[in-house]
Amino acid sequence: MEAVGRKISKGKAVGEALVSTQPISFYGGVDPSNGKVVEKGHELEGKSIAGKILVFPQGKGSTVGSYTLYRLKKNGFAPAAIINKEAETIVAVGAIISEIPMVDKLPVTAYAALNTGMKVEVNASEAKVVF
Amino acid sequence: MIFVKLTKDEQRMLDGKDGQAAQKSMEILCALGEIYGADRLIDVASVQVAGVSYHNLGDAGLEFLRDLAKDGKARVVATLNPAGMDLENWKQLGISEEFARKQREVIDAFTAMGIIPSCSCTPYLAGNLPAKGEHVAWSESSAVCFANSVLGARTNREGGPSALAAALTGKTPNYGMHLDENRRAQVTIKVKAKLKTNADFGALGWCIGQKIKNKIPLIIGVKQASVDQLKSFSASIATYGGTAMFHMKGITPDKTPKPAEEITLTAEDIASAFKALNEEQTDVDFVALGCPHASIKEIRRIAELLEGKKVTAELWVATARQTKLLADQMGYSKTIEAAGGKFACDTCMAVAPLKGRFKVMASDSAKGCYYGRGSNDFKTRFGSLEDCIKAAVTGKWKQ
Repeated sequence: MEAVGRKISKGKAVGEALVSTQPISFYGGVDPSNGKVVEKGHELEGKSIAGKILVFPQGKGSTVGSYTLYRLKKNGFAPAAIINKEAETIVAVGAIISEIPMVDKLPVTAYAALNTGMKVEVNASEAKVVF
Repeated sequence: MIFVKLTKDEQRMLDGKDGQAAQKSMEILCALGEIYGADRLIDVASVQVAGVSYHNLGDAGLEFLRDLAKDGKARVVATLNPAGMDLENWKQLGISEEFARKQREVIDAFTAMGIIPSCSCTPYLAGNLPAKGEHVAWSESSAVCFANSVLGARTNREGGPSALAAALTGKTPNYGMHLDENRRAQVTIKVKAKLKTNADFGALGWCIGQKIKNKIPLIIGVKQASVDQLKSFSASIATYGGTAMFHMKGITPDKTPKPAEEITLTAEDIASAFKALNEEQTDVDFVALGCPHASIKEIRRIAELLEGKKVTAELWVATARQTKLLADQMGYSKTIEAAGGKFACDTCMAVAPLKGRFKVMASDSAKGCYYGRGSNDFKTRFGSLEDCIKAAVTGKWKQ
């Protein structure tokens, strides 16, 4: 399937999808030293987001989360790309400053068809996702 | 695809011709413009940047600031929000060497970018005062609320990176509080209570914030309010509700139609705020004044009250360094310090690493109580400036 959304942060990446139906708080919710989700009770708790095409509705929590994404990138544990249902400021800014390709607002059916483990190609510069 | 229309200069920055920091900044502003449906970018008259305390930034934030400082330069007057410590007097306030070194590095990165290190949540009292109708990009929630409401300037509540991006480009996306249609009142609040102290205004902010969340209120029935009272109110309503703006009939400059939805607040409601923010502990070991940063008028009053007395609890007066210089000139600082009080310039109890150092905090700030409880796990006592000074001297809260 090929879907076009909205570009948030430029760049391209290919990788395996990791899908969360819940919002993610990067500050306090993801450990920047290993890329693992540490938020208690989160559906991705214990899973690593490193190198994944991370698919989730949107960010939540502290605005410091933008800097956590930056830290993840510097440490080599950032997601390869981010697909949000609808972006908000924290993750959008985090993706831009960390140079993580990011798109949002894919057609509803395309977003719903994304599943964990799928191979996904993100061309954020053209706002395109292929899987 | 791009809805935000850019001028030649803006496009130049986005293309990277004015350096990496300007390019990254434009990418942030354009993305936010896209997300929030802005038609264009607008010039800002000044910026206030949050995300200054090393306590909140951590090494990730510091690294980002250092990278940006390689070629980033502020294009407009920009000042900082409070840092995690007094930049000069940190040792006396019990800050560790390691924290101080990192915090200094954060400040150095900002000043390298031409951002003025007047670390204050009251930029309007420290050399950064916009006029009615001016567009600015400010961060700190009480300052944003004060700017939109009391000054009639226009600003969204910026995060650290978006404010920094505004400083390095002189631009912000045109949406939200920059537009007339988003500045109108959504609910009418009738105040049927006499408000005397700054703390009373903090209590009013608590009541309204809890009731209306982030809606914009039109408040009627407040006859007069001082800058200090409006400062206290802005901090409280933004903390407990989240609104970026209020109208106060006869006091604030923007015009608004009167919303039909009406809520009446009485003296009982104000009393319930005092009840909620006061816990049962009577032994006070920390008194925190200056949230938001104390004005010279407040410091003058604190000095009057402390003349010839000695404090038994730890007393902090948080203020902007510029205001402290005035207090030094007038001898207020000497009086306060002779009584055992301490100044905390450039910082405050909400961003300094204080957890575990005290048990019961007294403050004349409703917002201060929120952070005292939330970030620092203190029990809180809330009252007037006079009540707080009494507690500092006796170590006991009035019964």
